[in-house]
Amino acid sequence: MSFFKLSRRDALMMLVFTAAVLTMPVWLSPIGAGYPDLVQKFAIYGLFAIGFNILFGLTGYLSFGHAAFLGVGSYTAVWSFKLMSMNVIPAVLLGTLAAGLFAVVIGFISLRRTGIYFAILTLAFAQMCYNLAYSVLTPITNGETGLRVLREDPRYLDSMLGVVQEAVPLGNFFGINMQGYSGFYFCAVMLIIGFFISVRIFRSPFGMKLVAIKSNQTRMRYTGFNTRPYVLVAFVISGMYAGMAGSLMAVTDPLAGAERMQWTASGEVVLMTILGGVGTLTGPLLGAALIKYFENIFSAFNESALLDAFSFLPEPAQHFVVAIVQPFVGEGWHLTLGALFMIIVIFLPGGLVEGISRLVRRRGKSGSDNAGG
Amino acid sequence: MSKTKYTRRGILKSGVTLGAAGVAPSFFVRNAWAQDFTNNPGNASSVTLGFNVPQTGAYADEGADELRAYQLAVKHINGEGDGGMLNTMAPLSLKGNGILGKKVEYVTGDTQTKSDAARASAKRMIEKDGAIMITGGSSSGVAIAVQSLCHEAGVIFMAGLTHSNDTTGKDKRKYGFRHFFNTEMSGAALGPVLEAEFGKDRVAYHLTADYTWGWSQEGSIKKYTEALGWQTNAAVRTPLGAGDFSQYITPVLNSGADVLVLNHYGKDMVNSLTQAVQFGLREKQVNGKQFQIVVPLFSRLMAQGAGENIKGILGSTNWNWSLDDAGSQAFVKSFGAEYGFPPSQAAHTCYVQALLYANAVEMAGTFYPCEVINALEGFEFDGTGNGPTEYRASDHQCFKDVLVVQGNENPSSQFDLLEVVQVVPRAQVEYPAELLGGELGSCA
Repeated sequence: MSFFKLSRRDALMMLVFTAAVLTMPVWLSPIGAGYPDLVQKFAIYGLFAIGFNILFGLTGYLSFGHAAFLGVGSYTAVWSFKLMSMNVIPAVLLGTLAAGLFAVVIGFISLRRTGIYFAILTLAFAQMCYNLAYSVLTPITNGETGLRVLREDPRYLDSMLGVVQEAVPLGNFFGINMQGYSGFYFCAVMLIIGFFISVRIFRSPFGMKLVAIKSNQTRMRYTGFNTRPYVLVAFVISGMYAGMAGSLMAVTDPLAGAERMQWTASGEVVLMTILGGVGTLTGPLLGAALIKYFENIFSAFNESALLDAFSFLPEPAQHFVVAIVQPFVGEGWHLTLGALFMIIVIFLPGGLVEGISRLVRRRGKSGSDNAGG
Repeated sequence: MSKTKYTRRGILKSGVTLGAAGVAPSFFVRNAWAQDFTNNPGNASSVTLGFNVPQTGAYADEGADELRAYQLAVKHINGEGDGGMLNTMAPLSLKGNGILGKKVEYVTGDTQTKSDAARASAKRMIEKDGAIMITGGSSSGVAIAVQSLCHEAGVIFMAGLTHSNDTTGKDKRKYGFRHFFNTEMSGAALGPVLEAEFGKDRVAYHLTADYTWGWSQEGSIKKYTEALGWQTNAAVRTPLGAGDFSQYITPVLNSGADVLVLNHYGKDMVNSLTQAVQFGLREKQVNGKQFQIVVPLFSRLMAQGAGENIKGILGSTNWNWSLDDAGSQAFVKSFGAEYGFPPSQAAHTCYVQALLYANAVEMAGTFYPCEVINALEGFEFDGTGNGPTEYRASDHQCFKDVLVVQGNENPSSQFDLLEVVQVVPRAQVEYPAELLGGELGSCA
């Protein structure tokens, strides 16, 4: 069809998605999430989860090592800042490419197994990468301290082109500083492009083959169909998404640390995808936003903030309610997230997207036509 | 392309709802970045400080104690409670009515002892909560990461517990200030004591936590012990949070070394020391001398974890609650009254940092960071538990006496774990700023 070969419905979805993403700083501010750092994180982790979903959602291969690609992307981007230029374009391109190459190697080996064995293999690889970055490869990664961009780095491309060095080197897009909202818009554009590619993959014959692999790989093999190249391509694509997300993290904040590759980071993207809805287009983004919201906003509710929030209650009741609520916010935010995760997995196996669509359907059934906007 | 049903309709509708919600709120809500400096409180009646401490992970104990200290400091600055060190610190410009008449409020965040998480949390405080100053942390890696972030954002950073030379050396920043001592000072303070206790003819074996602080600590101790005439047998790097150190301790037994230096902190130190003692190192005779263990950076919280094993072991510390000067006593008293136990050195340094910032703003008469930095640079004060102290202008490092401590042989209570062997005077631990390199950069 006309609009980038999308069906009318998909084109509409793309438009709505684009509008929603670009106006995030506005409509998220009433819930306290409309500040630059957090909307940047929404976009970056959204991209990460959308990429992960191409592998997990379509082929059903559960990778527990995707954080390794995130880390590779970050380190590559920071090295590009150090050696080439503070411009973000080479950083993002190189970061994505390096993660892709890395994914070819890891995928080629890991994809010989399926199911739990595949998950364990990727987990082992990621943990290996983490330990390498943490101690063995200290000259390249600067270990626990993290790799940072310094004023005295060579930046050959910049010095060749005669770009003036700033006192504090920050990522820029042809002179536009990539901090704050401009950084967010850069990430948002990447997210929208990433989402568009994801939609195209979901709707393509290639995507169909991936879904077929998920439903019954053995049967496909019996029909004489070699599945491995397809899974490998899916693996590499999702690795490149992760690499791009990693390089965007370095773009908005020129620093790369080994903890980005830790297994908890790999687990986080699995959680994001499942929370939002595996195999759905927008689900992973919703899941990513929810988890980052919890991590940044929920974790900051301390006792005095709670007392403020419940100040409308009479004094004894106020302290009672705060005592009950407190273990679930502040440093206890993991507890709430865990409970939420259980509830969603048990009652809404399709994730948040299933929840929303059920709500919309129910309201539609009850007769009111204007439901769902 | 295909007719897969999915829940695309659902997605579509949910998307539309979200989109519609986006149009509703006013469009031109913007953080006022264009003001004369970041997060200028202007005419507001209150001002927000950001307390960024580890609430989860290996240093969570220290983080919890830091947060207690900050809450106490806020109370005292606002004129509540018994005033603590406000009664002893001199010179003092604070009046007990907040900072410049504005009530102090605070926001908290979890660094998780990870650079990424710490920076995200600091960014939230700056971008969303409008924090005018960020403080806290219990790891040098995090301190360095947050310090450079604050420098870029134009917000003052008052470092919490960070002991690596790099924080005020190679990685120092104009907007960052450190009250805690560093490994160079630990080495200078420990050297003469080690000589007096163990003699000039020793062979040392280092086990070092493999990150910025460990490297820094190892370098300083090597430097000062080798100047005494000691030899360094080997320096082995161990991964942070290793848990089991037996594979690193076994080689020590037959290495010919007669001193083991544990450049570990927190749970690592608790584990490595416990295992070294269990392996019988302290009962050994090597080269005709009693085998010794040294822990260059000691804290009471660690001593609590290591239990019996710390008895008689030498190390250095920034502050200990058993000091009997007026400042320390005032702080221990109000901390004890509030929480029921004595504060740790992490709590002490954070409390003092909060007070120093508030005082500097009061002195400068404005929250404008460059003026506050001017007030802090070269500031000399007393009555905060470390004797006469100076914030050196050239590297933003505090210079004060350093304590050499020893695990108490006969503790009188569960908190009385460290015994002060010697208060090493400031002159002995001072070094020229050029020694550690780095560049502060400029303000604004």
